[in-house]
Amino acid sequence: MKTILAALALTTALTFPGIAMARPVTLTTTLKDYGGNGAYLAIYVTDPKGAYAGSLWMAGTKSKYYEHLSDWYRATGGNTAEINGITGASVGAGRRLEITLDLADALFDAGYTVHIDAAAEDMRDSPNEIAVPLTAEGAGQSVPGRRYIANFSYGM
Amino acid sequence: MIRALHRWVGLPALVLVTLLAVSGAALSIFPAAERISAPQAEQAMSVADLAARIKAAFPGVEQIRRSPSGRITAYWFDGGKPASAVVDPATGAATAPADPNPLQRWLTNLHRSLFLDDAGRIAMAAGAAAMLALAVSGSMLVARRAGGWRRWFAPLRGPLAGRVHVELARVAVPGLLLSAATALWMTASTFGLLPDKAAVPELPAASGTIGARLTSMPLLVATPVSSLRELSFPSLEDATDVFTLKTNAGAGYLDQGTGATLGWSGLSGWARVSETIYMLHTGQGAALLGLLLGLSALAVPVMGATGLLIWLANLKGRPTIRDNAAPGRAETVILVGSEGGSTWGFAGTLHAALTRAGQRVHTMPMSAFDPGRFSGARRYLVLAATYGNGDPPASAKGFLDRVAALSTAPEARLAVLGFGDRSFPAFCAYAKAVADAAQDKDWPLLLPFETVDRQSPQEFTRWGHALGAALGVELELDHQPVRPETKALVLVSRRDHGHEVQAPTAILRFALPRPSAWQRLTRRGFAGFEAGDLLGIVPEGSPVPRFYSLASGNRDGFVEIVVRRHPGGICSGELMALEPGGTVAGFIRRNPTFHVARDSAPLILIGAGTGIGPLAGFIRANTARRPIHLFFGMRLPGSDFLYREELEAWAAAGRLSSLSTAVSRGARPRYVQDALAAEQLEVVRAIRKGARVMVCGGRQMAAGVAETMARMLEPLGLSLAVLKAQGRYVEDVY
Repeated sequence: MKTILAALALTTALTFPGIAMARPVTLTTTLKDYGGNGAYLAIYVTDPKGAYAGSLWMAGTKSKYYEHLSDWYRATGGNTAEINGITGASVGAGRRLEITLDLADALFDAGYTVHIDAAAEDMRDSPNEIAVPLTAEGAGQSVPGRRYIANFSYGM
Repeated sequence: MIRALHRWVGLPALVLVTLLAVSGAALSIFPAAERISAPQAEQAMSVADLAARIKAAFPGVEQIRRSPSGRITAYWFDGGKPASAVVDPATGAATAPADPNPLQRWLTNLHRSLFLDDAGRIAMAAGAAAMLALAVSGSMLVARRAGGWRRWFAPLRGPLAGRVHVELARVAVPGLLLSAATALWMTASTFGLLPDKAAVPELPAASGTIGARLTSMPLLVATPVSSLRELSFPSLEDATDVFTLKTNAGAGYLDQGTGATLGWSGLSGWARVSETIYMLHTGQGAALLGLLLGLSALAVPVMGATGLLIWLANLKGRPTIRDNAAPGRAETVILVGSEGGSTWGFAGTLHAALTRAGQRVHTMPMSAFDPGRFSGARRYLVLAATYGNGDPPASAKGFLDRVAALSTAPEARLAVLGFGDRSFPAFCAYAKAVADAAQDKDWPLLLPFETVDRQSPQEFTRWGHALGAALGVELELDHQPVRPETKALVLVSRRDHGHEVQAPTAILRFALPRPSAWQRLTRRGFAGFEAGDLLGIVPEGSPVPRFYSLASGNRDGFVEIVVRRHPGGICSGELMALEPGGTVAGFIRRNPTFHVARDSAPLILIGAGTGIGPLAGFIRANTARRPIHLFFGMRLPGSDFLYREELEAWAAAGRLSSLSTAVSRGARPRYVQDALAAEQLEVVRAIRKGARVMVCGGRQMAAGVAETMARMLEPLGLSLAVLKAQGRYVEDVY
């Protein structure tokens, strides 16, 4: 279990000058017991057109393994400046990752989507394991993952 | 210095390095097992064909990977459930589950991080660095011991633990060097310290169409399976997604509608080096090398254990110095040159007395002398024994070179005390050489050069008084020589000779005493001696032992020496009076310079009188029947022809090839060197063929033999000095 209170300085794409309204959001990711080493998770947001908008969290500290988070890696070119200050340890099988951060109100109900890429050593790469639209209605609803993630939800 | 580094890296790192080596050896099996079990793709098969076959078998395929062993794994979704398998490239069908082996995963995590994540990775990297330091320093020690890098595989002598340690190191060191160096590189790569980032091409816009056939994508058709790393399929729901191909040359994207290559990025030089190093370390893709490295690693626990034994045995051989001050803080530095350890005993007494008098004292071997380390030293006290004919004793090797290299003598004043035995012509010759070298450097003296004869406590005390007077303190040196650990030796039999020629001589045979468990383990003491080693006898009237060359090894099952009574000799008198059943106190002192080399080179043995003892032992042990020529000098055949019957029996059994005797009494006296000169042709021929010469006996005889031998060798362009340097001319002289 991991709780992080990040007064998140999201990248420029996610800041909306003038609309300084933001609310604390908690992202909860629970992993399956997949029987491998700790999983690397990249949590990031895409805009209504599907383009990369910014990163929320990176679980896993060794940048040489980021290429296995293939969608995130392709979108960012593996640029670690994208996750500066929002990086933590990889998440063990069966463990839960809980992050609390401030997200701009403007991101909700506007076509933005939260994605999670996941990978574990010597096991399958699982890009886009989670893709959930950010809506006020969707808050608190649990979404299952495909390979590593048992369920994911965000709550306000 | 190198030895100290080797020891003080090796001891603390012992557990860590052993853990690394054992887990690494276990891991080395997996790549080989994978290589054997994985179905391999046929030559020249293309990635396009492979992908099409797998796609046909598993329509939901997401990714195909090829490990360096050639094993191909497919990952797919079947009805929303993730699945994976090792596939046969020939059919595309699943052959085995692809789940990672839990044991391999457990071993890998132990091997690289002790299950402690980054802290563990750093600890294990420190272990690898220790292994590297041990391999380098150990190699230098082996080269030094063998007499140069070219003699890396030269035969060894000495106790078992040391031999095993070095023999294993000779074979294992290349593998260990490779494993340790690559481990450090991999750690640096893991921590992002190297610019070996994976290649990422820029992603241009895809066509947005779907449906290109795998077998019509040019890049997939052109790429052989042997260079494939992985192929990721585009998401089924997203028409703008692309194929991602990674090969051993780089990475690129393919459009799923047109099949065109959308971008390509080659591997950087750094990334290639890192991949090669990964292969070298893990054996993934080089299974045979992996197994060899694993075997090398298996030597590490044994080297660790033998290294520990060597260290403990050395520790036992010299007294612990209590309250040894730090070098930088010491006012008085005691430098010890000792061969067998008795001078260390004197140094210990001196150290304790000075410490009691309120001094800060540092005691160390002369060979580690380095004035730069002793910023606070006010005086140096050198206690030096002498080895052989004026050579430095073991703990003083290199001291004179270090003094000669000084630009100016230290300001701290010097006193030199020599230890020796006046019955030898080279009495305290090495200590004198040290005093002379100091004088050449104008090193200021604290006390004039002094000597101690036969470990005399009175002379040592007297010198202590002089030292105390110079320091202005009361110094009472009361040294009781440490009696070596002796065993009671029971005389089994004696054979007497030489009464007729007024040289009473006896071959004394003692029962082999039971060695302690420790000695059996380390092959020391009575558990591991051979002819040529020395038997120390401590006579009742004196604490100072006398040494006799052994005529037997422990394998013979008895302890045999040849003794001649010296007029007034305490020890020889006691031994000559011994009757079977009687006992004396004795111990073993190794003398490796006078051992028979473990090869099959012919031997020329030359001895006179009691000097035949060890030579007879060599012949007795010659079951391999190497050619041995013995030259033996005696006074009168009827009186002191020692070992006569045995020599005849050994000659008949092929252990002795020829015997030449010289008789010094009678109408035409002949000495052993005369016998040697008479056989000049044979001797020279044998030496040309690589024969070794071993001489044992009195000093006069040895000098005569050396002179004759030098004369015989001259026409060959060979000198005695060269033969001595090669270890082919050795003497045991008394």
